[in-house]
Order: sequence, then structure tokens, then C-alpha cells
Amino acid sequence: MAVASVVILAALTSAVLLGPFIWRVPINEIDFTARLSAPGWQHPFGTDDLGQDLLARMLYGGRISLAVGFAAMVVAIIAGTLIGAISGISRGSVDAVLMWITDLFLALPQLPLLLLVIYLFRDFLKNLVGPEGGVFILIVLVIGAFRWMPVARLVRAQFLSLREKEFVEAARALGATTPRLVVRHILPNSLGPVIVAGTIDVAAAIIAESTLSFLGLGFPPDIPTWGRLLFDAKDYLDIAPHWALFAGAAIFLTVLAINFIGDGLRDALDPRKVM
Amino acid sequence: MKERELRDLIADVKTGRLSRRAFVQRMIAVGLTAPMAGMMLSQSGVAMAATAIPYKPAKAGGGGLLKLLYWQAITLLNPHFAIGTKDQEGSRIFYEPLAGWDGEGNLVPVLAAEIPSKENDGLSEDGRSVVWKLKRGVKWHDGKPLTADDVVFTWEYARTPETATVTIGSYKDVKVEKIDDFTVRVSFAKPTPYWADAFVGTYGMIIPKHLFADYIGGKSRDAPTNLKPVGTGPYLFVDFKPGDLVLAKRNPDYHVPNRPHFDTLEVKGGGDAVSAARAVLQTGEYDYAWNMLVEDEILQRLESAGKGTVRITPSGNVEFIMLNSTDPAVEVDGERASRKTRHPLFSDPAVRQAIGLLIDRASIEKFIYGRAGVATANFLNNPERFRSKNTKFEFNIEKANAILEAAGWKKGADGVRAKDGKALKFVFQTSINAPRQKTQAIVKQACQKAGIDVELKSVVGSVFFSSDTANPDTYPHFYCDAQMYNTTMPQADPQIFMNQYLSWETATRENKWQGRNVSRWQSKEYDEIYKQAEQELDAVKRAAMYIKLNEMVVGDNYIQPIISRARVAAVKGSVTAHFSGWDNDLWQLASWYREA
Amino acid sequence: MGKYTVRRLVIALPSLLGISLILFVLLALAPGDPFGELATNSNIPPEIREALRVKFGIDDPILIRYVRWLIAMLHGDWGFSFASRINVDQLILQRVPTTLFVVGSSQILALAIALPVGVYAAMRPYSIFDQIANTMAFIGFSLPTFFTGLLLILIFSVNLGWLPFVYRADIAATGWQWYWESFKQAIMPVAVLGLFQAASYTRYVRSAVLDVIRLDYVTTARSKGLNEAKVIIKHVVRNALIPVVTLVALQMPAVFGGAIVTEQIFRIPGIGSLLITAILANDTPVIMAVTFVFACLVVVFNLMADIIYGWLDPRISYR
Repeated sequence: MAVASVVILAALTSAVLLGPFIWRVPINEIDFTARLSAPGWQHPFGTDDLGQDLLARMLYGGRISLAVGFAAMVVAIIAGTLIGAISGISRGSVDAVLMWITDLFLALPQLPLLLLVIYLFRDFLKNLVGPEGGVFILIVLVIGAFRWMPVARLVRAQFLSLREKEFVEAARALGATTPRLVVRHILPNSLGPVIVAGTIDVAAAIIAESTLSFLGLGFPPDIPTWGRLLFDAKDYLDIAPHWALFAGAAIFLTVLAINFIGDGLRDALDPRKVM
Repeated sequence: MKERELRDLIADVKTGRLSRRAFVQRMIAVGLTAPMAGMMLSQSGVAMAATAIPYKPAKAGGGGLLKLLYWQAITLLNPHFAIGTKDQEGSRIFYEPLAGWDGEGNLVPVLAAEIPSKENDGLSEDGRSVVWKLKRGVKWHDGKPLTADDVVFTWEYARTPETATVTIGSYKDVKVEKIDDFTVRVSFAKPTPYWADAFVGTYGMIIPKHLFADYIGGKSRDAPTNLKPVGTGPYLFVDFKPGDLVLAKRNPDYHVPNRPHFDTLEVKGGGDAVSAARAVLQTGEYDYAWNMLVEDEILQRLESAGKGTVRITPSGNVEFIMLNSTDPAVEVDGERASRKTRHPLFSDPAVRQAIGLLIDRASIEKFIYGRAGVATANFLNNPERFRSKNTKFEFNIEKANAILEAAGWKKGADGVRAKDGKALKFVFQTSINAPRQKTQAIVKQACQKAGIDVELKSVVGSVFFSSDTANPDTYPHFYCDAQMYNTTMPQADPQIFMNQYLSWETATRENKWQGRNVSRWQSKEYDEIYKQAEQELDAVKRAAMYIKLNEMVVGDNYIQPIISRARVAAVKGSVTAHFSGWDNDLWQLASWYREA
Repeated sequence: MGKYTVRRLVIALPSLLGISLILFVLLALAPGDPFGELATNSNIPPEIREALRVKFGIDDPILIRYVRWLIAMLHGDWGFSFASRINVDQLILQRVPTTLFVVGSSQILALAIALPVGVYAAMRPYSIFDQIANTMAFIGFSLPTFFTGLLLILIFSVNLGWLPFVYRADIAATGWQWYWESFKQAIMPVAVLGLFQAASYTRYVRSAVLDVIRLDYVTTARSKGLNEAKVIIKHVVRNALIPVVTLVALQMPAVFGGAIVTEQIFRIPGIGSLLITAILANDTPVIMAVTFVFACLVVVFNLMADIIYGWLDPRISYR
């Protein structure tokens, strides 16, 4: 399963990376005569309501969606694991402060904060790394910043429980230092929820990106990311179902593949394999 | 369109060679409003002729429940606090003005006994006052009679700055006095040809003195009646949940016989426009849905279910692109887009002209707005063309290319034109709204074919349309090369509307971007004509001046009108409703009925 | 344990105060202003806009406004909505029952599905049942609620005509009819939210159970000859509940806070739709009140989760 998934994921990635060089239809070629046409030879995935080719748009937008999905997931997972681990192992006032920060982030209202972030940082990042790069960094950080808290809480809970387990006690008695305890014994055993959270976060980030671009925070409105395609297509669901179908399927396939890879990873890491 | 031509048209209306409706349509086409056209006719001796409103039921009540759906929920029910149209609509269920505007610019009496005119001595010769006679026998919902005191009080209430009403603009410069219990006089500080503003239409709803008298000024927010309206309208208040639901029931003492038809009324709010359309057109759960900002393609498919129809009402809204006449990239005295600068690209008339040719208005009309928009003939330069029926704007990529080429903009290796080291690249912003994003895409693509690189930007509406002085993304800041939005004419008289191109109205840092001239376009001649128009008493001469002003702005190509947007509502097949583009959708709610 | 709880409660107050200050500053700095819509209205002279701003105290320094807000809050005054021109607590109280009912039911539905399915799937990893459960879960969280909501509307309201898709908080009927109508209109929103939540819960439960089921003490318990059901419930599920409790505690504030997207789709007059309208209208007092209550719930529920950990796994000691 995991191997098949790696193949699927590799296929998706290479499709979005190389696809635009093979399928050379421009993503913004408007053709009113072919609007909302169903999949066919001319447009394998059909067209949207401006007659733009959906295959070209899917391929182009896929780069961004996949990159955003992975990068945001990595940011969320690393931040969450780090904070959760430190909090869980140190307890006391460090724990209190870190959990206060977690509570704070959970309580922040997302929309006003997003608007504030665009307003404060967009021009700065645009000047620093250009419009597309700036938007990318911003989106990844914003999505990551709103999704690490569950990971932190989960990892911390795992730590609280695992640090008292027999095998950790045993290692401690053998004189293992705290960093070694964490890295070798506790962390590998708390990765279960982290892997699940990671796979869920990829899907969530791809979808969140569409919400952001809808708020004007994301990429310019004419860049067709998968989430955006799904969003634009929803009102045409009963008129032109193909529009939503391919974007939805692409997100689903990505999620599916990542999950199986995650499961495989977890089984491979686990010393006590169950088969 | 010159004054003489206007006079000829009016003469044609008088002799019956031109219908009133056709005249009004032509005035709308040159950028005036239907009420303004009505005023011109009335001053020239063509009487207001209110269109008859068909009403079949022979008795009041018996219509059951009427269900209305607003995708922006009603948040308050005091007409003088109504921030958005939705709140005005909600208030209009319970409150009524002295008169309303019909679709052809006629004043239709509601709480007035008749429309003031020179014949009935309602209008003074010097244009300084108007006398309104109230209808007798009108009762507030709590049984108290409506009198002139209520009208005078409404004026006092609205004009007091501490009350913080949004209708203050219509009341602060007039004086209202009671002549007798059923007559009031509205006086103006200077001769005012456009007299029907206070107490008329959207901003004119009369409120009861006996319930609001203690809550004028700073205490206005404590009035219990703010949440439990007591008006003169066809329906009585039952319940209100802000942002969700308004419930009402038939007013048995309504002042028009046999009305209203429905026994109870429910107004539900929230959600999005598309699903609101579904609820009326596809499932028939609701009888009416407000403001269908939905692609026409979808509406047509929904209509084919046969449950209801989409009702299109022409109004004065114009969607347009504005090119910045100043340079948003350069900062002068701590302010970008300063009037001291000139735009590096758009200062070349050839570029502006080319952009005008690159807006595919016909496709935008046909494929985005559909029946809800007309590729606009508004602001037309040429009266001859305006007279012809085919007022299509030109969309011509080759011609745009030729103009740019001739002006010395040469294509570079990347396909983008440049001249003197300046590349033809610009940023085009608008608010977030599906039809606008599609329009952006269409403009961008045509520009690309002409060697112009357009970067699109979209800003969330609550920021774009705010007056936040600190935020550079608002439309008055205009820290961008081009932007697109919709002009609304909140008042039918163009005087205030047209001040948006005056040089002293320019939005600057100094006036905290409160100035109305956002494009920063300036013209001495425009300023002069505007000043003359302010003093002009003759409605026709004045209209001619405003038409001239319109032409000047658009003729310079800094302002590119795209589409004239109509108001769109969805109505269930069995329900008969009456709309006007110049008043609230619910202005004739009392006459809505359901066919048995 | 008791001492720990008391200490945590004492810390909770200043930490809430800190959160409230940050929230307040953030909302004050966020772009947009409540009288934005007036700005496009040429009928309203700039002086009036200015007067309105002064009247609602928008232009005072942030800290002064914060202290004013805090003092009012301590007196039980939640503020005054700019958009509706009524008191904020009135607005919120109207919305609470609907939100609790819809989002609460969806959480119950999610747990009712996720717990048994997750545990059963983990007991037989990679069995047919596990594969199907996983695939359903993947579909569940790769499709956003704005999409599934619309799909359900198209199927059950438009095509089949079985269910209404405009939610009404006050149904005119009485008695059984009332219950039936309330139930019917709640089916779709609860299903959309509940299934979306259940999808991720299932994955977490499965993973948590898998983690525990392989630990030594479970094998020991099994080898002592305890019957399988008893092993699963007493030893496995109890330990596996720690991540689940964490997640549920994270979700509980949302039962009050509502679900913005789903509430919009079905026109549910809940806190979520109140919040989004307030945000779009820049109605700061309403946003502040809702987010502050939300913050309190976040702190309280995470605190409760910490306490429950100790009960689930007595070896967790707090210092």
C-alpha cells in the first residue's frame, strides 16, 4: 500500500511539475464558445464558465496546492511537536507558559488576524522575495500558525503519559540523559497522533489556501489552485459537475497517498510491528 | 447632449411623440437618474403620472404567509440608522415615507395626500419651499394618529448630529415647519430645483414622535422602538432577531383599502446569494429573494425549474474601471498617489485609449452579468451614437495594438510593450466578488494580447470599502494603478454624485482620504461648470450641465464605464410584486399578492 | 490532584486577562472600520462619519479603550453593537441555544461514529473493515464542508425534496410536529459537521488504539487470560482515550463558537454566523465578546483535559 502510494504521489508531483510543458494550453485562454463544456478531446478535463481549460489549470494550480499543503503541514508539525515535547518533558512554569501560548493561539479569531497579517507584512515580503514568493511564505506561515496547536496538545499529552511508562523508567534508570530519553524513547512512541495530524493537515492546508485567496490574502485571483477551483465550481455543481470533480479527486488522491505513506512510515518506525 | 436637444425631447414627451418611459431611459443612458428626469418633466409642465399598480384581491388578508429571503440579514429596524440597503428594506416593512419613486421617475404618494406641484400650490415660484399635505386617517400601529408633528419630529431627529443618523444628509440643510395638523412646509436655504429629497423614498421614512421624542440625540440608542418598530406600514411588528429573522402580521387598520393581502410575513436572513436563488426558483421554499448577485447562467438554469422568475429592474448603478491619474509608486510628502505626481503610463492618452478598447464589454455583459447588466451606453461622448439603438462599445485588440505602436510603445522580448524604459505593466485591484474577478480575468487577457501586463489584486470588501485611514488597500487611498467598483447613486439628484471629480474634493492624506475624488482626475473646466450648475434653477439647463460633466470625465478615458447594473430579485411564480429601481424593493409591499 | 486543580484555576485568571488584552489590541489594529459602508455613501458628510467615530469612541488610544472594555465587562456590560445598535449580550444569547444544539449534536454524532469504528479498525489493522473505514475517512476530510453541504442540499432538498435547507430557529408548529420539524432541518447540518469531524476523529482513535494495543502490559493482560472485550475496554481504550480527550477538549469551545461555513450554508442563526457578519461589518464589540467567551472556553476545557489525563492514567503526576 505504502509503495503504491509513493508511486501515486510521485505521479501527481511529476504531473504538476512536467505537465504544463506537455499540455501547453495556456491557463487563462478565455474561450466563450467552449464555456462549461464537458470533458472531451479538446479539453480532457472540460472547461470552466469562461471556457478556460481545466486540465491546464489543474496542472498549474497543483504545483501551488501541493507545495502549500506540504510546506504548511511541515511548519505545523514541527512547531507543534517542538512545543508539545518541550512542554511535556519540562512541566512546571515552562509548561504553563507554552500552554498559555497554545491557548492564546487557539483563541485568536482567524479572520481579523489574517487581515492584519496581510496588511502588515504583504508589502514587506513582496519587496523581499517578489510577489509570488512573498505570498507563498505568508500563506505557509499563516496556515502553519493556525494549525500547530492540536499537535502540540497531543504530543504533550503523549509525553505526560509516556514519561511515566516502564520502558522510559528503565532507560532513565540506566542513566540516559533527558535529550536522549526524548529523542530515542518518548518521541518515537508519540508519533502516532503526529502522523495522523500531518496527513489531515495537508488536506486542510490545501483547502485553507482557497479560503485565504477568497479573502484576498492568497495568490492573485487568477491563479487556479485546487482549493480555489473547488470553491469556484461549487455553484455549478448541478450544471457542470466535471468542474468540481477533478479538483476534488486530486485533493482526495493526495490525501489518500499521504495517509498510506504515513501509515507505512509509522509501521516501519515501530519496533513492535503488528501484522 | 445639449440643452436644446433636451428641450426638444421634453417637447416630444409633451406632445406624446416620445413616451415618458423612453425619455427616462435616455436620461439614464446619459448618466442621470429616473427621479431627476421626472423632476425635469414636472418643471416643464409634464405632470407626474404614477404608473398604475395592479392589485386583484378584493379584500385585505387571506393571503397566508409571505416568506422573504435576504442573504444579507437585516441587523436593525430603524430606517434612520440603516447602514445597508438590507436594513432600509427591513425598516420599509413597518415605516413609510410621504412618497416613493416609481421606475419611471414619478413620485407616488404614500403618506402624502397628493404630490406637491405648482398647480396645487405645493411648490413655490422661487424654488425655496415645498408644501406637503398629509393623508388623513392614517394611524400608527399603536392606534395614535399620524400628524404633521411626526413629520417635523422626523426632521429634528434625523438632523441632530448626536442622534447619529445616516439620513442626516437629506435633512441638515432644510427647515421644516408645521402649517396645520396635516400640512408641513419644507424650506431650503437657496433655490432648490430638486425638492423631493427629505421625506421621500429610501431616506424619507417617517417615525412616530410619541415613541421617539425621549430618544433624540445622544440617547437615541436606548429607544425600545429601535428594536420593536411602530410605523404606519402594512404589517405589524411581531418579532425580530437581529441578523436572522423578522416576523410581522397584517395591519388591520392599514390606510389603503383592501391591503395588504398577506396575513403574516417572515423575513429570513443570512447565507449566500446562490442558495437564496435556489430557495425561490428551485425548491419554492421562499416567495422572494433579494439582490441576486449571481451569474446569469446559474439564474437561467434555476429558472428553468419553473417555480419562479428573476425580476430585473433598471437602476442607476454603473460598474466601472478607474485609472489612476497620479503615480501610486512614488511617495511625496508621506503620501502615495499624490496629486503632485502624474501616472507614468496613464498620462499618455494613447494608453488610456487603448485600455478602453481592450475592455470586452459585450462579453462581460453576455457571459457574466447577463440580463442583470447592460454594456453601458452611459457617459457617451456622441449624441448621435446615443440615439442609435446599437450602442455597443468598441472592443478591438488590433486597433489598441496599432494605437500603442503609433505612440511609440514597442514590444520587448517578453511580449510586453515598453517606452523610454517604462514597461506597460500595471496592477488592477477590485473587491472580492465572483463577477468582478471574472471581469478582471477578461480584461487581463485582452491586455496581454496587446502587450500590456496586468497584475490582478483583490481585496476583501470589508477592507476595500472602508474609510480606514491607516489601510492602503481601501479604494479612496487608491495606492494602485487601476481599480474597479460600482458607483451607487444614493441620491437621485446628481449634484452630490458629480462632486467626485472636483479638484477640491481630491482624496489626500490631508483630508484623511475623505475627499470624494478618488481618481484624482482634475479639470478647471469641470470645476467651473459644476459651480454654475449649483446655482442653476432651471432643471433642464442643469441637467444639460451634468450631462456635459459626465462626458468630460469619460471622454478623457480615465474613467471606463463597463456595465450598467440592474437590480435583480427572484420571485416565486404565484406572487405578484412591484419593484422600482429608484426606491426599496419593498416600497410597494402593501400591494404584493398571491394569485390563487 | 486537588491542589493542582486549584493552582491551575488561580493561574487561569491572569492568563485569560493576558489573552483578552492581546485579542483586544489585535482587533483594534486589524484593518477596516465599522462605518466603512458609510464611506461609499455620498449622502453622509465626513463630519457625521467623524461624529459617529467619536460617539463610539473608536479613535481613543487602544489601552484606554481596553481598560474601559474590561471595567464594563466586570460590571456585566458586554458592549454595544455598532451594526445592530443593541447590547451585545442580547445578540449572543439569542444565538446560543441554536449553536449548542446543532454543533453539540454534531460532536456527539462524530464521537458516536469515531469511537467504535476507530477501535474496531485498530483491533484488525489492514482488514477489509479497516480499509473501508480509512477510505471513508480520507474522503471525509479531503472534501471541505462548503462542498459537502452543497452536495447534500442538491441531493436531499433540490432533487428529492425531502429536507428543508433554510434553518429556522423558531418553528411555528407545536408538540410532536415541532420536534419533527426541528429534527428534519437539523439532519443535514449535523451530518455535514459530524461526518467531517468523525473522519479525523476516527483516524486519531485508530492510531491511539494501535499505539496502546502493542504495549507490553496489554499483552500481559491478555496472557493472564482476561477476555478480549475486557482487555480492550479496561486497558486499551482507557489509555487510548488520552489523545481523544485532548481532541475533544480542543473541539468543545467550537460547540459554543459555532461553525462559520456550515452555518452560512444552511442559514443557521448561530454564533458562527454572528461572528462572521460582525467581522465583515467590522462590528468590534461583538467580535470581542464572542472571541473572549471562546477564549475562556479554550482555557477551561484544556484545563479540564489536563485534569482528566490524571484520572485516565494515574501515573501522570503533576508538580
